[in-house]
Amino acid sequence: MDTFMTWLSGLFSNWGIVWKNFDYLLVGAYPQGPLGGLAMSIVMAVIGIFGAFWIGLAVGLMRLSSRRWLAWPALVYIEIIRGTPLLMVIFWFYFFAPILLGHAVPETDSAIAAFIVFTSAYVAEIVRAGVLSLPKGQTEAARGSGLSHTQAMIYVILPQALRNMIPSFVNQFVSLTKDTSLAMIINVNELTLSARHIYTRTMKAPMEIFLTIALLYFVICWVLTAFSRKLERGMSRYQSRETL
Amino acid sequence: MHYSFNWALIFSDEYGRWFLEGLSITLQLSGLSIILALVLGTMLTTMRLSRIKPLVWFAVSYIEFFRNTPLVVQIFFWYFGSDPILPDFFKHWLYQQNIEFAIGVIALSTYTAAFIAEELRSGILSIPKTQLEASRATGLTFLQAMGYVILPQAFRIVVPPLISQFLNLIKNSSLAMTIGVMELTYMARQVEAHTFHGFEAFTVATLMYLSLSLLVSLGINQYNRRCLRVSR
Repeated sequence: MDTFMTWLSGLFSNWGIVWKNFDYLLVGAYPQGPLGGLAMSIVMAVIGIFGAFWIGLAVGLMRLSSRRWLAWPALVYIEIIRGTPLLMVIFWFYFFAPILLGHAVPETDSAIAAFIVFTSAYVAEIVRAGVLSLPKGQTEAARGSGLSHTQAMIYVILPQALRNMIPSFVNQFVSLTKDTSLAMIINVNELTLSARHIYTRTMKAPMEIFLTIALLYFVICWVLTAFSRKLERGMSRYQSRETL
Repeated sequence: MHYSFNWALIFSDEYGRWFLEGLSITLQLSGLSIILALVLGTMLTTMRLSRIKPLVWFAVSYIEFFRNTPLVVQIFFWYFGSDPILPDFFKHWLYQQNIEFAIGVIALSTYTAAFIAEELRSGILSIPKTQLEASRATGLTFLQAMGYVILPQAFRIVVPPLISQFLNLIKNSSLAMTIGVMELTYMARQVEAHTFHGFEAFTVATLMYLSLSLLVSLGINQYNRRCLRVSR
């Protein structure tokens, strides 16, 4: 019984360390020093998904093209990225951006570039699936009414397809938010590395520290996932009426 | 750009062996983890589909929590922070193992189990209820109906997503390098540090990952062609 009580009190005695360093977990040393912690993770995820949206859209449309010289490079890009671990992509950018550019590149920049290049391949697949899921009659009707292929894409297909893709985009953003934790491997001070800093500094309360950041990630990802599920439910109702 | 290629270095005896050792650890890590993840995932799905409320809640919160937190954080939690919550006999056993590898297996399999549980659930739920009713009406017992009608169909539906989970697992196993498991990515990093020939080192490792996933997706395609042709 006594050992159980000491065990139980041990579980609750160290949370002060987390509380004392909570601001470091949220924003790093900001505003005295550079931005870090959760804020850094969110910044990277937002910039990453914004970049990945445009590149992924372009690659996805290239992949759908009937011209081989457009479709093939897109296919190769998508398959290579999807078969490679993100950690590998991060190392590629970390080691080769300076060689290619001829000057030093901040770790944060190469991490964001890696996130964009990595996530774009997945966004391209979402775009492809979204466009293919529309009934063929849509393209035929648009072309039949005299629109060119590009016009049909821009005014008829993409507006519908993109709306259907919103839940998948939200899910991809959730994945990216979790993936930003990998930037710690090249010393970007985001939430996970901030937690490790606190642990290395205090050498105490690892369970409490890592549980806390897990909860921080969880709250963001779970809220977004719940949101995307709600969107999906709303859309499936709308869509079933459409296809009938 | 001042970079001179030296591919011979990478395929030299010493570094070549490093890559093969790394690949072998990656395969062991993913192989062991997928088996444990399948067992744990099946248990979670059973709880999730049961009618016992506490079990359902446990399964739902497990699945949501593990799916919505980064794998690196989970690895760090198991490696640095799990000490106060693990029972003593388990810790004794753990410290006798290769601890980094064992923690890698624990983290990867508990993480992947949450995803597998969701795939299994949607596979089982996708079989129309009328299938069961119809087979019961033709005189099969419940177990016969399950064994000959429902499960064969559910299994066919579930296999492709399970294989792609295995693919994800192989890629995710690279994160075990953060706690010093000497798998493929770790070894590539090691070769880079020793030779300063990062381009060659990362190319070899990337090609190894690519051929692994190419092999697995060829397997999916073969499976789809042979087994799913009949179903619709």
